[in-house]
Amino acid sequence: MSHLLDRLNFFQPKELERFSNGHGQVTRESRDWEDTYRNRWRHDKVVRSTHGVNCTGSCSWKIYVKSGIVTWETQQTDYPRTRPDLPNHEPRGCARGASYSWYLYSANRVKNPLVRGRLMKVWRRLRETKSPIEAWTEIQNDPVLRNGYVETRGKGGFVRASWDEATEITAAANAYTAKTWGPDRVVGFSPIPAMSMVSYAAGSRYLSLLGGVCMSFYDWYCDLPPASPMTWGEQTDVPESADWYNAGYLLLWGSNVPQTRTPDAHFYTEARYRGTKSAVICPDYSEAAKFGDVWLNVKQGTDAALAMAFGHVILREFHLDRQSDYFVDYCRKYSDFPMLVRLDEQDGQLVPGRFLRTYDLDGKLGEDNNPEWKTVAWDRKSKGLVAPNGSVGYRWGEDGEWNLEAKADGNETELAVSFILDTDHDDVVGVDFPYFGSGATEFFSTGDDRPDVLTKNVPVKKVKTADGEILVATVFDLFCANYGLDRGLNGDWVATDYAEDVPGTPAWAEKITGVSADKIIHVAREFADTAEKTQGKSMIIIGAAMNHWYHMDMNYRGVINMLVMCGCVGQSGGGWAHYVGQEKLRPQTGWLPLAFALDWGRPPRHMNSTSMWYAHTDQWRYETLTADEILSPTAPEGDWNISLIDYNIRAERMGWLPSAPQLKTNPLEVAKQAKEAGKEIPAYIAQQLKSGDLQMSCEDPDAPENWPRNLFVWRSNLLGSSGKGHEYFLKHLLGTDHGVLGKDLGEEGGQKPKEAVWHDDAPRGKLDLLVTIDFRMSTTAVYSDIVLPTASWYEKNDLNTSDMHPFIHPLQAAVDPAYESKSDWEIFKAIAKKFQEVAPEILGKETDIVALPLLHDLPAEIAQNEVKDWKKGECDLIPGKTAPNYIPVERDYPALYDRFVALGPLMDKVGNGGKGIAWDTKEEVQHLRELNGEWQDGPAKGCPKIVTDIDATEVVLMLAPETNGEVAVKAWGKLSTATGLDHTHLAVPKEDEKIRFHDIAAQPRKIISSPTWSGLESEKVCYNAGYTNVHELIPWRTLTGRQQLYQDHLWMRAFGEGFMSYRPPVDLKTITEDVRDDGDTLVLNFITPHQKWGIHSTYSDNLLMLTLNRGGPVIWISENDAKSAGITDNDWVELYNTNGALTARAVVSQRMKDGTTFMYHAQEKIVNTPGSEKTGKRGGIHNSVTRAVLKPTHMIGGYAQQSYGFNYYGTVGCNRDEMVIVKKMKKVDWLDREATRKEAAE
Amino acid sequence: MFANFDINFILFGVMPYVALTVFLVGSIARYERDPFTWKSSSSQLLRRKQLIWGSILFHVGILTVFFGHLIGLFTPVWVLDALGIPYALKQWMAVLIGGPAGIAALIGATMLLHRRLFDPRIRVTSSYPDIIIMGLIWLQLAIGLLTITQTLQHMDGSEMVRFMMWSQSVVTWNLNAWVTVIDVHWLYKLHIFLGLIITMLFPFTRLVHIWSGFAAPFRFLLRPGYQIVRSRRTAPLARR
Repeated sequence: MSHLLDRLNFFQPKELERFSNGHGQVTRESRDWEDTYRNRWRHDKVVRSTHGVNCTGSCSWKIYVKSGIVTWETQQTDYPRTRPDLPNHEPRGCARGASYSWYLYSANRVKNPLVRGRLMKVWRRLRETKSPIEAWTEIQNDPVLRNGYVETRGKGGFVRASWDEATEITAAANAYTAKTWGPDRVVGFSPIPAMSMVSYAAGSRYLSLLGGVCMSFYDWYCDLPPASPMTWGEQTDVPESADWYNAGYLLLWGSNVPQTRTPDAHFYTEARYRGTKSAVICPDYSEAAKFGDVWLNVKQGTDAALAMAFGHVILREFHLDRQSDYFVDYCRKYSDFPMLVRLDEQDGQLVPGRFLRTYDLDGKLGEDNNPEWKTVAWDRKSKGLVAPNGSVGYRWGEDGEWNLEAKADGNETELAVSFILDTDHDDVVGVDFPYFGSGATEFFSTGDDRPDVLTKNVPVKKVKTADGEILVATVFDLFCANYGLDRGLNGDWVATDYAEDVPGTPAWAEKITGVSADKIIHVAREFADTAEKTQGKSMIIIGAAMNHWYHMDMNYRGVINMLVMCGCVGQSGGGWAHYVGQEKLRPQTGWLPLAFALDWGRPPRHMNSTSMWYAHTDQWRYETLTADEILSPTAPEGDWNISLIDYNIRAERMGWLPSAPQLKTNPLEVAKQAKEAGKEIPAYIAQQLKSGDLQMSCEDPDAPENWPRNLFVWRSNLLGSSGKGHEYFLKHLLGTDHGVLGKDLGEEGGQKPKEAVWHDDAPRGKLDLLVTIDFRMSTTAVYSDIVLPTASWYEKNDLNTSDMHPFIHPLQAAVDPAYESKSDWEIFKAIAKKFQEVAPEILGKETDIVALPLLHDLPAEIAQNEVKDWKKGECDLIPGKTAPNYIPVERDYPALYDRFVALGPLMDKVGNGGKGIAWDTKEEVQHLRELNGEWQDGPAKGCPKIVTDIDATEVVLMLAPETNGEVAVKAWGKLSTATGLDHTHLAVPKEDEKIRFHDIAAQPRKIISSPTWSGLESEKVCYNAGYTNVHELIPWRTLTGRQQLYQDHLWMRAFGEGFMSYRPPVDLKTITEDVRDDGDTLVLNFITPHQKWGIHSTYSDNLLMLTLNRGGPVIWISENDAKSAGITDNDWVELYNTNGALTARAVVSQRMKDGTTFMYHAQEKIVNTPGSEKTGKRGGIHNSVTRAVLKPTHMIGGYAQQSYGFNYYGTVGCNRDEMVIVKKMKKVDWLDREATRKEAAE
Repeated sequence: MFANFDINFILFGVMPYVALTVFLVGSIARYERDPFTWKSSSSQLLRRKQLIWGSILFHVGILTVFFGHLIGLFTPVWVLDALGIPYALKQWMAVLIGGPAGIAALIGATMLLHRRLFDPRIRVTSSYPDIIIMGLIWLQLAIGLLTITQTLQHMDGSEMVRFMMWSQSVVTWNLNAWVTVIDVHWLYKLHIFLGLIITMLFPFTRLVHIWSGFAAPFRFLLRPGYQIVRSRRTAPLARR
């Protein structure tokens, strides 16, 4: 009753009795104090949700709510049980996720809509007399008004706005831009839909209805490994983490599982208890290194050399000297090893050319459908050439033979993998292979002075073609030569002994990588031996690290080659486990219509971000890398000496890469002109492009007509995290203060692009409006014109999936959105509604034209057998064949909101599909009408409603094969038609299963197997990529239909990447004499791995996490490097090069390799970042010293697996080859000063 | 009574009762309503510097002074007489023991106050009451030491006896207690006044931890066994 009175009991005996011979005493004193602890953990409700900062975790969390406030979170432990013998999935979660309830109510939260003060002032004044559209028009037409707010970006000065005002400005700007410049100048960037699908879809649906551009992210983040689409025709598909447990040998290559994949790390530990051996490859002594039986501390950037040496040993011991039956059989069936490659004569030498195709041969082997796309092999049974089933030619225009059965033309085959036997080959000839190892920069040089072309002997067959006799070799024979293996054919550059220093041997790799040859041989042997004994249960886990180098494909293909050689891909417990931010969007095909408004108009407008930002942040104007430096010495003759942006322009022109903004003229205008001219739109555009009356925007990125004008950033921190070339973003895209220290090609007098128009004055401030939607005041928000507060992960309903486990998981509103925030779904609804109100002043029903590149998984993927540029007169411009297709799409601007909240009629009329197959969805749409209700009148009459975020989740769940068994059976049925094999048995047992939002709210649910993915969700095996290819004989979606280790596209050969080889990091030349100060001698390679205290899954300004580290930005350097520059631990240092400068504290550590500095990714400049001495501005972020560099081979299109797909293929934003100067700061200036009276008044 | 109003009546006749009431009622109220705020708020985790020396000097000094005052003021005069202790001797003891202890406490308090005001970490985590009470205690110690200058002028202990009588009158409900201190030196008056202020502020500051000193688990030292089981039962188990 009373704390005090209860204690006033001095006269009552306390003791009840004694026990244990008097050593113990039972008392009856008050126990009220215990209630303290009970109340501490008492709560009103528990809600299931998870975290969504680009984290693949998808961990189930209990969110505790007390008095309407989220108080804490704990890990859920109710995942469905998997299988006997497999450890549980739980507990999942990490310290980053557990700290989120702090973040929810922290000062970092955005509480109200914010608008840049100067913009708000002008807007309110103009709105007194003008309509929203008129007001925005006046602001844009008056340079003083526009510059007024553009120049102050990033310098504070936000004022509170009402939702009404903020959405009105946004809607008016969008409408004005669509009318004036074109809807393709309204751009939106949001990453990783899997972490909150409905939130992503909210923005992308709005943009798609508007005709705006959805920007890619996976490629821009450089998490997309282009080697995966090259090899498998698959964006990325990986085993779930539980499958690590099934592995016999785990190779961790640059992946730091305990640190960055914390919730999954227990499977790694458990695998070790099961007896799985593990080798860890990484330059630093990482947390993962401590798990390994052996640690190979490779020099960063030289992984490909290590992979090559591993491959050398595996080939020698398991394919050549002794042949492993399992390996040889696997490679014959599932790789392109038996496929024949033409050897082209070039300057009197032979080089590997294209795959031999049936159309090369007289009679085309009887193949009339797509003969240019059917590859050829030698069949030992019929002793002749055959076109094996499964190549891409069988995929389109016919059914039944697109499979991996050992058949050709209906007959059983036994393909020859090698012509090494005297009876098999007609001749042994020298073939040229490029060698790049001797061209390393000073930092990576080993003093290698070998020639840049190595001629090696290869057994060949003579084949009669339509144009005479040619020489062909199997991929395997060329592959062995490439790996430097002596097969008794004499000749140079091959070795029998591992100790010989010949490119490819362990001894050679030791010099480059610093890993001893003994260890290389040892690990290679164990890896392959395990795979042989277990039928492929050797697995390689990779993080993004290796993929962030300019020549990432070499690293990755080196790894993939090992796995294919050892028959690991597609086998449970084996294969390629690339875990990066891809976060698998499991119900992808159900989500696509919602996200890109495919229910109202197709196609959507997609753009690859790397090319877009490269062009529009004007990073191309500073390009230091020339094509010559990366071109192969064996390149066929051609016009190769052009700038990287020129390659991109050609790629867009030929329909390889997407274009947005697409044409210099507003597409709404072009459509009107075509109508006036009385012509079909594609034909009209073709004619106008040829005549030069229409120009593609990519050819002149700096012309005001071609600028992106409005940018939405949501669920993302583009400027504070992923924006490679941060300072260029600030300088050119935003037009505000920046720290770029170098000069552009014009000022430097460098080689200017040939195709891109050069303006002497680079534009500053291309964007009219930057709108960021976030719940935190991120770096991007700080630089925005409008910041809209959104709901966080405990405040909205959404879906979340991961590649790391097979469950679909909800995000749920445990509490209402705090302060004035709203969910993303509600925000974009509000903008759409406002747009519908303000736009009719200038926009009605319009015809828009979408430029569509030649997409993967559609018949267009086999559009270009040869590289021909219509602009150079090499071919005619045929939209959809030699150029992008131009497709009219109707926009109903006055009904944009009505369309947003309804599932449109195309789902009934056209249906749905994905990855090359399509199915009908009438039944599902009807179910949705019944579930969500239907609109009774208005423009969406008869359509199912999508009003709330839960309605939206139901659309996804209903349409996706992964969550609706009926659809899964339909989809497998369609695939069965294509392959001629029955696959429906994979889904029939789950046909009646339908997962709803409330199901997953009750418990995460296992999803249903679907042909969208290459693994199975089954009671028998863990999810593993390529499983259905191997076990269901479904071809990989590549040219050969197999795992393709040889790339025969002209550009691949020209850039020396037909086969994998070691290519040293490129020289970005950012340490110039101009930028370097006297006495600054410490130059280090700048690496940005993922950290323990941020990203997955919180932010670097989380106070709890800052407290666990140094409380602000840090870089790591080795003790030796630190000593050489007079740096001691915790000193403030500055890192700089021509791209810009950043400031941080130094962590001096023995774990670092000399010559390297780590700056953990996404440390923003909003917490404890002093001014830079070099730039005079606030010290930058990790991307202040980087710049994106494009690689031409990533632009290839219209060529089977090398065709564009959103986040599937395209240029990637690499950043690991960068060097920086590190110096101790003399004076730490926090740039804190009082505002002047004038500033304060504003 | 109001016709010949005297401020001394308010200060030394009424205020002691007000102060003691606030002190007692306030302490009980705080204990009942906000038990989680009942703490000493140690800042040792934030910074050890100046704390160890400061705190030990201060606490040893102030406890000596406190018990000195307690015993000195509340021991009835007849007890001294009965024991035959001359007032002058007691006065000398007070100066010789209280003086050094007071100086130690003042040095400690100075260190603590300096640390509280000028260590940025401590300053920013200090509440206003934290700073005010530290300042008042410092002032009180300083004044207390200054009164020695007056005391040394009448070492016969006559003044001391007046304070004893005053204190004892207050606690024995003698409403004329205030008369005994009407004409002492103003430094003494100030010292008493400040003491009463501190008494009144006591329940609303970290000083409440002094109460807990009395509630320290001394019983633990005398426990019969090693294991104590706190039961909800009110009666012993029936014998079996």
